[in-house]
Amino acid sequence: MNAEQPQPALLVDPAERIFKVARRNFVDPEIFRAEKEMIFDRSWLYLGHSSELPKPGDFITRKVAGRGILFTRDSKGQLRALLNTCPHRGAQVCRERKGNAKSFQCFYHGWVFGADGKLRSQPGEASYPEGFKGRDTSNMQPVPRFETYRDFNFISFDSNIMPLVDYLAGAKEYLDVICDQTDAGMSIVAGSQEYSIRANWKLLTENSIDGYHAATTHATYFDILMSSTDNLATGMGAGGYGYDLGNGHAVLEYGAPWGRPVAQWIPGWGEAGKSEIGRIYDNLVARHGQERADRIARRNRNLFIFPNLVVNDIMALTVRTYFPMAPDYMVINAWALAPNDESAWARKYRLNNFLEFLGPGGFATPDDAEALEHCQRGFENSKEALWNDISKGMGKEKAQHDDELQMRAFWTQWNKQMFPAPASGIKSVAA
Amino acid sequence: MQSANRTEVEDFLFNEAELLDQWRLPEWLTLFTDDARYEVPCTDLPADASSDVNLFYIADDRARLGERVKRLMKRTAHAEFPHSKTSRIVGNVRIHARHEDEIDVTSVFQTLRTKDGVTDLYFGTNKYRLALRDDSFRIREKRCLLGGEGLRPSGRISIVL
Repeated sequence: MNAEQPQPALLVDPAERIFKVARRNFVDPEIFRAEKEMIFDRSWLYLGHSSELPKPGDFITRKVAGRGILFTRDSKGQLRALLNTCPHRGAQVCRERKGNAKSFQCFYHGWVFGADGKLRSQPGEASYPEGFKGRDTSNMQPVPRFETYRDFNFISFDSNIMPLVDYLAGAKEYLDVICDQTDAGMSIVAGSQEYSIRANWKLLTENSIDGYHAATTHATYFDILMSSTDNLATGMGAGGYGYDLGNGHAVLEYGAPWGRPVAQWIPGWGEAGKSEIGRIYDNLVARHGQERADRIARRNRNLFIFPNLVVNDIMALTVRTYFPMAPDYMVINAWALAPNDESAWARKYRLNNFLEFLGPGGFATPDDAEALEHCQRGFENSKEALWNDISKGMGKEKAQHDDELQMRAFWTQWNKQMFPAPASGIKSVAA
Repeated sequence: MQSANRTEVEDFLFNEAELLDQWRLPEWLTLFTDDARYEVPCTDLPADASSDVNLFYIADDRARLGERVKRLMKRTAHAEFPHSKTSRIVGNVRIHARHEDEIDVTSVFQTLRTKDGVTDLYFGTNKYRLALRDDSFRIREKRCLLGGEGLRPSGRISIVL
């Protein structure tokens, strides 16, 4: 970015409790272009969950930050993330969404690769020098970095990025709390929600960790919830706090009136459900002790991992990642995650819970999308009405779940990556 | 309706489409049986996938379908306030099987939805199980199989498909 920007990206003054975000950040094509390089090329990005590739030879093709990735489990059982492009002349090698294959053949000239990306054969081998197949450059190229934490697989296009476990910072412990729901491992449930919102991707980051909007944006959902839970003994957001987890990650942790398959019963689930949820809860206490079991079972977590991964441990367990396609358009992929040892009853109620609130056909997500799209429309005025305010709860010793600390954590990291000191561009400046 | 023919089925489905286009949702709801289901699977699932073990976009029993209608008629259903304008075309109606008290029907749909200056197209196949009643039909199951991949760029299913 050059130095001749009309205004800073952020306006921050802790003493005056001012934290403002320039609306230009949501609309400017220059910002959009710079984000590709400064954010998406320099972060760890979620690729997929290990459970999606249970057997050797399983593969998935997936787009991450504009790159076609071939995600495989090779014949030895090792997970691989390959750039889905033929080393010969560039064609996409694998053109299927998912499947199981011993090898992949590029249909253009017929080169064949193993699930590890190694060149196996190519037509007209005699015309190539001896040892051609042994060259690294003859193989499908792996992504620059590929690391896994508790079956969450991430890639990075920055070969010098810090190790994933360091990058996750405080988010690591929250992933542990979520994964500790079971010791049988977790799996992604079949069925991918693939949708889009006509809004800037950062609006979804904010929305995913926004405990402030629920009462008004999701009024209709809470109307329905009232009727299925009888009473709201656990009020929305009970004892809830927001945390800055470092490196741009953030989380809300709070109590809520909805049922949780692990493990908070509601009357709507009947007596059968009561004993099942009781059994799951008792198991948690036996494995983790009362205090941690209570946290796992009865607290809700909206976990954000910079820059574009959300793991919601709420009325269901969701994994959601999203990518900007234009300043005002993003695509979103969302999945349901569930313990492997869950009963058919619990799985059914989990999915039922998921769909009631979440996803593009649920009773809440469409209203979120509407809100974000109307922010984007509001930003048509960004040349005159310059600033968003995310100062709620600034200066508090402990931010509540409906304060905006989480968003400030995101934007601070965003700003740090977009305008690294001592570059002459925009910095966060005092008012 | 024991001799239900395609013209009668078409009349029923065209009427359903008209009720939805006119936002007469409470009236539309009366077309369903008490044990009805309305489902929209994700587009990477097989057509006969079960919502008990797979993630769908929508898997409503009759109770939740009622909640869906109630919700959509409120001003606080923001995604549909003000109501979008829709136009549904239903075609290729076929009766595939006849059972004692119901018939299996498929139709192809194209639904245009306009709101705030943006028009989206939804398309695909609807699979119905229609219960036979003395004077007409009731929908026991409506499964909407979306064409295309995912929900892009339409983004959401805030209307009834």
